[in-house]
Amino acid sequence: MTGRAAREDGPGRGAMPTYLGTPSFPDAARRAVSDARLRGNLAHATTTIRARRAEAVAELDDWAELREAGRQIKDHVLEHLGHYLRLLEEKVTGAGGTVHWARDAAEADRIVADLVKATGETEVVKVKSMATQEIGLNEFLAEEGITAYETDLAELIVQLGDDRPSHLLVPAVHRNRADIRDIFLRAMEDVPAGLTDSPAELAEAARRHLRAKFLSAKVAVSGVNFAVADTGTLVVVESEGNGRMCLTLPETLISVMGIEKIVPSRRDLEVFLQLLPRSSTAERMNPYTSMWTGVHPGDGPRNFHLVLLDNGRTATLADDVGRQALRCIRCSACLNVCPVYRRAGGHAYGSPYPGPIGAILSPQMRGVGSEVDASLPFASSLCGACYEVCPVAIDIPEVLVRLRARVVEDGPRRPLERVAMAAAGWTLRSPTRLALAQRAASSARRVVARGGRIRRLPGPLGAWTETRDAPAPPSESFRAWWARTGGREEDGG
Amino acid sequence: MSAREEILRRIERVESARGARRATGDGDVAAAYARIDRRYLRRHHGGAGDGGILDLFAARVADYRATVLRVRVSEVPGTLAERLAAGSGSYGVPSGLPAEWTSATRAALVRDPPVSSLDGLAGAVTGCAVAIAETGTIVLDHGADQGPRALSLVPDRHLIVVLAERVVADVPEALERLDPRRPLTFVSGPSATSDIELTRVEGVHGPRALEVLLVE
Amino acid sequence: MRVALFLTCVNDTLFPETGKATVRLLRRLGHDVEFPAGQTCCGQMHLNTGYRRQAVPLVTAFEETFAPYDAIVTPSASCAAMIRDWHPRLAPSSAGTAASAGRRVHELSEFLVDVLGVTDVGAYFPHRVTYHPTCHSLRTLRVGDRPLRLLGEVRGIDLRELPDADECCGFGGTFALKNSEVSAAMCADKVTAVRGTGAETLCAADNSCLAHIGGALTRTRAGVRTLHLAEILASTEQAPA
Repeated sequence: MTGRAAREDGPGRGAMPTYLGTPSFPDAARRAVSDARLRGNLAHATTTIRARRAEAVAELDDWAELREAGRQIKDHVLEHLGHYLRLLEEKVTGAGGTVHWARDAAEADRIVADLVKATGETEVVKVKSMATQEIGLNEFLAEEGITAYETDLAELIVQLGDDRPSHLLVPAVHRNRADIRDIFLRAMEDVPAGLTDSPAELAEAARRHLRAKFLSAKVAVSGVNFAVADTGTLVVVESEGNGRMCLTLPETLISVMGIEKIVPSRRDLEVFLQLLPRSSTAERMNPYTSMWTGVHPGDGPRNFHLVLLDNGRTATLADDVGRQALRCIRCSACLNVCPVYRRAGGHAYGSPYPGPIGAILSPQMRGVGSEVDASLPFASSLCGACYEVCPVAIDIPEVLVRLRARVVEDGPRRPLERVAMAAAGWTLRSPTRLALAQRAASSARRVVARGGRIRRLPGPLGAWTETRDAPAPPSESFRAWWARTGGREEDGG
Repeated sequence: MSAREEILRRIERVESARGARRATGDGDVAAAYARIDRRYLRRHHGGAGDGGILDLFAARVADYRATVLRVRVSEVPGTLAERLAAGSGSYGVPSGLPAEWTSATRAALVRDPPVSSLDGLAGAVTGCAVAIAETGTIVLDHGADQGPRALSLVPDRHLIVVLAERVVADVPEALERLDPRRPLTFVSGPSATSDIELTRVEGVHGPRALEVLLVE
Repeated sequence: MRVALFLTCVNDTLFPETGKATVRLLRRLGHDVEFPAGQTCCGQMHLNTGYRRQAVPLVTAFEETFAPYDAIVTPSASCAAMIRDWHPRLAPSSAGTAASAGRRVHELSEFLVDVLGVTDVGAYFPHRVTYHPTCHSLRTLRVGDRPLRLLGEVRGIDLRELPDADECCGFGGTFALKNSEVSAAMCADKVTAVRGTGAETLCAADNSCLAHIGGALTRTRAGVRTLHLAEILASTEQAPA
């Protein structure tokens, strides 16, 4: 279709065009950690939502069973993805929609731009969508002379602030109310005079700013939360009503979805409509959920296009362990509980998918060749808080460990680390060699330690002693003590 | 090769590399689907001795800072008249809305208003298809008593008349009652956002006031 | 019952007192424990850093060394989790069989409460103590309140609740080096929480996390010392920790 499409026999890797050249995670995180204001905003927002999520989840006695069903439904779809994609295509087409397929970001961008151009319009309204973030659609449309207006409040804040999203659900979570007021005053041409930082006033300003756009827009672009294969029904879950506006008022609707967003049957929505709102905004139900099937005569858009996006998903599918990342329903619970995300912020992840889920999605979709992608699997202490809250039971630590091995094998070379790990492995493979190393450490303790602590370690280990003392080796290892006494303390313990 | 063929071929390659037994017919997929473990509850409330689901529904809707009024059938016209008199301007109503509901209303009513006029209306009055007690959700299937989707979206007030028999205990029962071929809108409270410091604020693009008449 | 102590390479090299305390405690409760000399490392560091292939021979050697024992006790929740969760995957020959070490390994508090059935181990430790449940004890092994039940029975102890106890301290193995700024920020918050309790002693079931928090405690002269759970449980009036 287009010259920019992926190689025919390529692995199906994806690209996220607006994130090229992002620095590695530790480099980006270093800046965020020293930004007290950013850390304050993140800590405030995530602490609030964590407690509320826990309450919303505790309200349902069968949360574990819902989670298990969610996991199995998604796994089933991934197991039979070709079948369900064909079925979805047939049903959407039968209901009056048009289905397009895109191998990668460039192809999806081109399809959407051409569809917009065919309407003769130069403006589109957009509902918040991770898929269109991923393919850099707004930037591409701008190059093609088409202006995309983000209508979700947080996306609007990001767009007006010429910023990047830092959270799946609340892309402007790194901004507090005062920041948002400043952005509106600076960049919103019809900003109300005397705007304060009260959230209600800020929301009102957004309402007034976008109302005329909604009423006049001829083309809308959306993402998709769920696509029901056996009916062709599409589902968008939202809060503000901007989604309903975009899905209802324009003449043409273009929806972009990752190929993994399918559920087999309408019945499956009973699981996800319980799992998603409670995990995401900690509500029993989000304010608005819209469902539509193709084109409904006399109600809503007259033209409906669905773009099915691969962009690295089939490559992700190929890994037995890593493919579980495709179960993700983009709730963002893992971000809100992640201690690393909370300190590093979302931008450090160099992708529209931040936090723990981003750390396993981006390196799989894009490969581990770049500095940022090779660093993401290590951007975790493996504390497991993400796995615990995930509504579809993605074992994120397990996938991180899997991807770390892939980085060591296929990623940028780290010769020093490789030598150190080989040496450690060689020592630990033999109890005799370990005992010798322990003896050497014990005799060095007088040189390096004071009061049982080491204040400065050499080389890469120096990162530890920047802020922490290191424990000094004891005068005798346990192994040596045991050999000497047989474990009897009265013999000299 | 088209993008469609190529994506499907990539998926097939993954399936064969995994050595998975390829589901060749729809029957195999259906059998695998039937094995999905669904031990979750069909409803969380509404069993014997669990209080009324109508009470639960009213409480859960109110939790979203929506207004809930519990009325008898005979009280609908009077209550609706009172509520509509509280605002100024005209109200949109779908042509299939039972005429007796608005029989006492003095406010100006516009039947089936064109989309272009909706922004000038004070509100809209509709019925609903199903309501869910557990989550305080009202589902519109945009039938004759509810009107097209835009009607209950653009005006700032949305008054919904919910008949008791439309209220079900929980999400699974609601989905069973709905026709997926119709456009569906699930409404849980007024328009809201969590986009400022992850704290909920009511009132953004959709109706900022949601008023529910629960008819028993 | 033949019981082996898997001390772990970190404890063996850096924290022998934890090993001695574990032996003393188990003997006091009437159970002899052996220290198989062939033991080295469970392979966790290599696996978690991406050197999966180097981890495999360590896992195989571990399985051989501990094959003769009915139970394996370890004073490390993190290594116990590695053995239980990952060994069967890395050395599939023993996976799922009764022989797999994953089925015989017990973190110390699990061994005391579940296998020996005791919570009062006869300890005496008259100090203000706060307990940090390490991530692997909390979320991987799910030891639950076992350590707190054991500590609760210690005579003289003044147990203080740690705010946000379930938050990671930021250790995470090589994470502390590769992402040292984020790790240090997490550690700083943990130190603040620990200091807020007024405890004199911070206790945990993993010395690696304790060394991390403890390193920041001494660097900031917080006046809080760190002790492994085994050392508090082994403490008596005659032989205080």
